[in-house]
Amino acid sequence: MTEPLVRPKRKNPLKRTRLPLSPQGVRSRTAHGLTAAAAEGRFALQVCLDCNTVTYPPRDACPSCLSARLPFRDVDCGGTLIAETTVQTSTDPYFRERTPWRVGTVKLDAGPVIVAHLHGDAVEGERVRLQLKLDKSGSAIAMALPEKDTENMADDVHLREMTCDPKFRRILITDGRNTVGQAMAKAFSDAGASIIFVGIADAWKPFPGLGDLRKIEHVEIVPLDVTDTESVTEQAEQNGARIDIVVNTAEHIRAGGVVDRHGLTVAREEIDVRYLGLTRLAQAFGPILRFRGADGVNSAAAFVNLLSVHALMNWPAYGSYSATEAACLSAAQCMRAELRPGGVKVLNVFFGPLDTEWFQTVPPPKVTPAALANAVVRALQQGVEDAFVGDVAEDIRQRLAVNPKALEREMAT
Amino acid sequence: MTSGTIRKSYEGIVACLPVTIPYRRYSTNSAQWWLGRALHELTKRARLGLKDIDGFAVSSFTVGPDTAVGLTQHFGLSPRWLDHIPFGGASGIVALRRAARAVQAGDADMVACVAGDTNHVDSFRKMLSTFSRFAQDAVYPYGSGGANASFALITKNYMNTYGAKREDFAKICIAQRDNAISIPHAMMKKRLTLDEYMSARPIADPIHLFDCVMPCAGAEALVVCREDTAKSLNLPGVRILSTIERHNAFATDPMQVRGGWELDVGELWSMAGLMPKDVDFVQTYDDYPVISMMQFEDLGFCSKGEGPDFVRSHTLTNDGTFPHNTSGGQLSVGQAGAAGGFLGLVEAMRQLTSQPLGSKVPDANACLVSGFGIINYDRGLSSCAAILARLA
Amino acid sequence: MPVDLLSFARAVANGDIHVIDLTQTLSQELPTIVLPPELGQCAPFRMEEISRYDERGPAWYWNNISLGEHTGTHFDAPIHWISGKDLPNNAVDTINVAQFIAPAAVIDCSKECAANPDFELTVPFVEQWETRHGNIEPGSWVLLRTDWSKRTHTDYAGLRDDGAHTPGPEPAVVKWLIEQRDVHGFGTETIGTDFGQGHHFNPPYPAHFYMHGKGRFGLQCLTNLDLLPPKGAVIIAAPLKIKQGSGSPLRVLALVARGDV
Repeated sequence: MTEPLVRPKRKNPLKRTRLPLSPQGVRSRTAHGLTAAAAEGRFALQVCLDCNTVTYPPRDACPSCLSARLPFRDVDCGGTLIAETTVQTSTDPYFRERTPWRVGTVKLDAGPVIVAHLHGDAVEGERVRLQLKLDKSGSAIAMALPEKDTENMADDVHLREMTCDPKFRRILITDGRNTVGQAMAKAFSDAGASIIFVGIADAWKPFPGLGDLRKIEHVEIVPLDVTDTESVTEQAEQNGARIDIVVNTAEHIRAGGVVDRHGLTVAREEIDVRYLGLTRLAQAFGPILRFRGADGVNSAAAFVNLLSVHALMNWPAYGSYSATEAACLSAAQCMRAELRPGGVKVLNVFFGPLDTEWFQTVPPPKVTPAALANAVVRALQQGVEDAFVGDVAEDIRQRLAVNPKALEREMAT
Repeated sequence: MTSGTIRKSYEGIVACLPVTIPYRRYSTNSAQWWLGRALHELTKRARLGLKDIDGFAVSSFTVGPDTAVGLTQHFGLSPRWLDHIPFGGASGIVALRRAARAVQAGDADMVACVAGDTNHVDSFRKMLSTFSRFAQDAVYPYGSGGANASFALITKNYMNTYGAKREDFAKICIAQRDNAISIPHAMMKKRLTLDEYMSARPIADPIHLFDCVMPCAGAEALVVCREDTAKSLNLPGVRILSTIERHNAFATDPMQVRGGWELDVGELWSMAGLMPKDVDFVQTYDDYPVISMMQFEDLGFCSKGEGPDFVRSHTLTNDGTFPHNTSGGQLSVGQAGAAGGFLGLVEAMRQLTSQPLGSKVPDANACLVSGFGIINYDRGLSSCAAILARLA
Repeated sequence: MPVDLLSFARAVANGDIHVIDLTQTLSQELPTIVLPPELGQCAPFRMEEISRYDERGPAWYWNNISLGEHTGTHFDAPIHWISGKDLPNNAVDTINVAQFIAPAAVIDCSKECAANPDFELTVPFVEQWETRHGNIEPGSWVLLRTDWSKRTHTDYAGLRDDGAHTPGPEPAVVKWLIEQRDVHGFGTETIGTDFGQGHHFNPPYPAHFYMHGKGRFGLQCLTNLDLLPPKGAVIIAAPLKIKQGSGSPLRVLALVARGDV
């Protein structure tokens, strides 16, 4: 039985903040195949191409036939928990302050035996399902969950170490002027966030949706303009210490290429809103998020980037926009490394065309703001690092994995 | 299974010069220092010079970045046979096997087999986090409980499968403490009561404090040479009747309930021409009492699953019906890293040459020594054993 | 006639001549003109600190700024509008600099604007003003005092579903001011010299169309017009010397004799 999470009390301002520690994140290169799977929420192990043996721990020659062809493939995650132990003391500082900590041996239906973290509801001798998750070091670990969902399952203390669950956390949505930001506020409110700060720039410019935004439970409107360094800094100074998840919804979507555009002003706006806006948020909020990565139930957990999937492959019809998104993607990868010491995840959520005004002429399938918002919440609840939302994004991801050059040509037609 | 070829006897080869450098809980000295002390003691006792040692085998976890090669220059040795044996608790018997064949073949005449480790305040933590690739990738990130957590899982599974109780493991530990009372350098110098064992603080359930060895600094060593060489130097030696060695046995067992000994145990006894009832005392590798219990089963003293019953129906002290780990084992004396793999061997040699450090085993004529080690992922990979006998 | 400039300088220093700042502070919050999203937009005012007595520059503080030619209190040159594009000396760097100093007539319609954000300045209204203060002198700025600069930023911008609702001149009065009064230019407190809904006029944006078409100038986002006498103030408004610039943010100063305030 998982104890339901209790809403944390107000932090005692005179108490020292517990600093983040990290479990050992060193892995062999091959083992990072698990990290790639965990980043997207997949369960994949090495499957020998020559004799079909599923093997674990990750290795460089098949223990059945010595083949070197051991790609990671999705496999069945079901198994039985054979034995468990509760670690009461550890030489590692991270685990030392988190004992008692349960681990166990799981015999997978797919074959291998896996030493895994245990969810509180995983019972010795019974069936479990394994999930690959990223722990605070950013490397993959296996966690055994009960075979069927149990009540308050997400509240398990050890599972919550691996996820960025918005429940009881405080959110900053950087731009509430657009429909994505508004849908995001609703989705986080429904997911149990305790405060949702919604940033609005240029309050003197009216926009539709303000009334509905104010009606959402736990929403607090704050002035925030990602193109204004002082505005971002001020918001971080005022509220940074009580923001656990930043969701950057600031957008600047315009059609137009690089050659086929007249003038630089739109490109400058794209860079200023998207890339420099991200940089401002990173500089203002990064350090405080990193500092508070282990600060209780509502510890700082994640920075969420909403990125066009065309960050990965330019779409010339929206070519300048794509290029700017690519810059943001690279910046996000840097932020991932910089925030890791705090155990704070950078979640990149990729989407194809949205069902919003600046993609008006683009044919379906398109992603609605609500679908995007729900996907963001789910991705945080799962603790993944890269999420692809909607058919177009998934399609592009698959094509990229097989032949990027063909995709490059296809995007240009 | 045995290959069918008859393995060559070790006739004419002896192990002599059992050396122990007294253990210390923590040491600021390096592993090289500890190994050097052991080597020094060997040459002093044998009244040998460095040039007389023409074979050298080393086992150590903390001697890095050196291996055996670097140590030849460090210690002024110029051997024509050299081996580095990083097999943990299996190091002693494996070194014995390698050295014996080398001497037999004439590749070397005097092989010094040395094991030792230092123990700095952070040695244990550092060793755990870089123990092996599989440990790095698939064990250490899971609670970082070290070998204690890994063997807790093995212990739990063994208890679930065969009905062993904590009281059964207690009996092994308590008897070993009794056997260590007279060992001057033992880390644990007091007797242990059942009450103390049962109420000890949990480390990783079901393993509690007194199931765990205490890491420390120390060294053990011995020499392998021809029988006539030992005689000419007036060094009491012991005969090697048989040995076995196996790595990564029973890889498909979901959890470890048996070691590789089970595969080769027939050969161990037939090569020695003995049966289990013929040995007078036994040294098992006791990183955890559950493994000692498995060794009783896998080495032929009882069937698989009868370990608990075997322990319940015997007394394991030096004056008991089944003298076991007669200098207290690692659980009492401490684990000086790789030296733990030599501890049983060196103690057997002392008893078989009537020079025990502590209490004497009555009628000590034949001994089985077992080694086990290297929990690479979820089980100990290496297993080995030797039957030694008093030189008539 | 000999002119005693030193006395002038002394009068400024001792307060016999007041110097009144008609300029709004350049800050990020200042609303800018908003055009339909498909068109190019005027850059808002932004500052990036280079250093502040820190590791980026130990003994100094300075900023890089970014803004458009038409951000904040700014000057419009004739080249800014299509109707003035071909006139000689029509850019901020080519305008005869003597033209940066000129007298001003300040027409107060603040009461009317308080009641009605869509107040239109008309010829009759100006004629009414002239019966009290005399005709507007040729070569004067006409500054429209609406007290709009005293409003909150939201009310100042006056944006609604159908665009801005802010006061300004209707087409006929702009033409009249040029043809009948030979004015120097038109200045307002609002964003832009034109009526908020001026895109519906014929011609659209008449203050820009007519003024710049006849080589006259514009000033906007002015403040403190309520401190000026209806006549007698002299305005100094010298834009930056930007190559072929269409305008620039600037410091607008009004000189007022002590007795006139």
